[in-house]
Amino acid sequence: MRKEIIYQMGNTYRDDLNVYGYYFGKGEKSACIVGAMRGNEVQQMYVCSQLVKTLKRLEERGAFVSGNEVLVIPSVNHSSMNIGKRFWAVDNTDINRMFPGYDQGETTQRIAAGVFDVVQHYSYGIQFPSFYMPGDFIPHVRMMETGFQNPSLANLFGLPYVVIRKPKPVDTTTLNYNWQIWDTSAFSIYTNATDRIDEASAKQAVASVLRFLVRMGILRYTSHSGYIATVLHEEDLRNVKSDAAGICRRLAEPGEEVQRGDVLAEVLDPLEGEVISRILSPAGGILFFAHNGPLVMEGTIVFKIIKRLHQ
Amino acid sequence: MVKTVVSVGLPVDERLQIRKQVIEPEGYDGKGKRICIVTGTHGDELEGQYVCYELGRRVREQPECLRGSVEIYPSLNPLGMDSITRGIPMFDLDMNRIFPGSEEGPVPEYVASRIIKDIEGADLCIDIHASNIFLREIPQVRMSEMTAQNLLPFARRLNIDYVWVHGAATVLEATLAHSLNTIGVPTLVVEMGVGMRITTEYGCQLVDGIFCVMKDMGIWTGETIEPKKPIISTDGQVGFVNANHSGIFIPQVDHWDSIHQGEVIGEILNPLEGKVEEVLHAPCDGMVFTLREYPIVNSGSLIARVLGGDYH
Ligand SMILES: [Zn+2]
Repeated sequence: MRKEIIYQMGNTYRDDLNVYGYYFGKGEKSACIVGAMRGNEVQQMYVCSQLVKTLKRLEERGAFVSGNEVLVIPSVNHSSMNIGKRFWAVDNTDINRMFPGYDQGETTQRIAAGVFDVVQHYSYGIQFPSFYMPGDFIPHVRMMETGFQNPSLANLFGLPYVVIRKPKPVDTTTLNYNWQIWDTSAFSIYTNATDRIDEASAKQAVASVLRFLVRMGILRYTSHSGYIATVLHEEDLRNVKSDAAGICRRLAEPGEEVQRGDVLAEVLDPLEGEVISRILSPAGGILFFAHNGPLVMEGTIVFKIIKRLHQ
Repeated sequence: MVKTVVSVGLPVDERLQIRKQVIEPEGYDGKGKRICIVTGTHGDELEGQYVCYELGRRVREQPECLRGSVEIYPSLNPLGMDSITRGIPMFDLDMNRIFPGSEEGPVPEYVASRIIKDIEGADLCIDIHASNIFLREIPQVRMSEMTAQNLLPFARRLNIDYVWVHGAATVLEATLAHSLNTIGVPTLVVEMGVGMRITTEYGCQLVDGIFCVMKDMGIWTGETIEPKKPIISTDGQVGFVNANHSGIFIPQVDHWDSIHQGEVIGEILNPLEGKVEEVLHAPCDGMVFTLREYPIVNSGSLIARVLGGDYH
């Protein structure tokens, strides 16, 4: 293992931001794994730290197939993480909305450019991002439909689901999108936590990356073969919204199979405690996403269901 | 008449409500044109607030001059405005990156879709922004090359100093202005002043211009000024100055100053060491139309934009 500062940003009032890269193996740029790009992505950093630990041991045991280099960047924006901010602390901009970056541009454009310069030209790019809605997902691999995506490769992670979505204008500035545009097969892996650590899904994420590296011929290691993924398109997911505002009592969990009409959650009057609304399942299927905060607004997406899918 | 554009229940005893003021002639037959003035997408931009107030005041002062519908939307992001939050509170989202939104989507996208639906059909929309808390801007209109042909005639009459015709960027397709222009509502984006402050001269200047445009459109018959002729430029004429060190920026030029290539724009200082970290120079002859207002800078922070040319 070789640890390097891959990008540095000086600062007047605080220590410099040092972005570290951990290199394993030698040879072709095979796979690059990027963790926390936002200050609240603690789980994402944790998953990468566990990967660094595991890959270090595997390299010592000679498990890397020669001719392959793997780079892991556990955290890009710990300046924000250290002070409890999600985005770049000075101007509240999101590094993952600045790719491919510009080295003469604004601060986060420069960071994005510095990182992109290092993470480019790998065959496979794996990012652990977070979703902007607070909630729990079934662990899955997400890909953007850029015309360069390859769902059969996404299957090799052995996670239960692969979700393909059409990029929106705002997605064109993410790392994942730019990796794909510049010839890296890119995958985003969602575990079911962000600002807290979920050991079980972190272990699953680490295992899925190792499995992928094994299947791509980068690592020699015997791993469980995982799931044969169900491939979904974002449009296959049906939003279930709350029709009332108040305290939300969730009665169903992501991964559960539900029938049409099942009560998925109750909304309580926040001051008087009475149930004011029941959120019913509009269709049979499997719950893919569940809102996890105690409060809901009117119209909050409380669940996303994979319609007509059974366990 | 105050109308509610969209209303969403918040968890505890409150509703998020976007409201607009509709001013029409008495006994209005609905046959005149309709102009929408919108602002407050970014909760830390306040310059548009004074424009809304002053426009409404002047229209009401001479109701007999009104021949169409004036709709004023002071705050598209009311929760952000109340909490000095640029984005949408609770979602950490830039509201100007989610248009046209979606009826079925998450709350911010639902709100965005209702705003579009409400403005749809207007003959002109003016979306007023105030830069951000970091930069001060002269009163200007920004538009993409694609929309320039359609929008320049309006922008020329808006009594602003400058029109910046910029290249297209995919990410800007999610702005309110792009969405409205796409559905046939000509929409001008005004940038002026600085975040968290109100520059009343700029506000009055723009209101004067809005009346000129309303007169051209047949919405207003009252007295108007002769609007100033804006400088019109493309990206190629704009020079950028970014910091390469962190520290405290102290400007040595004034906003809207004429400047020569190589002249000092300002310095970045290190307060602990008592030394100058960097001296920043003008990239070309021209006019400083954007100037750093907020002193603390990182490497990369935008310091100034200079419009190339001779403006003496
Ligand atoms: Zn703005």
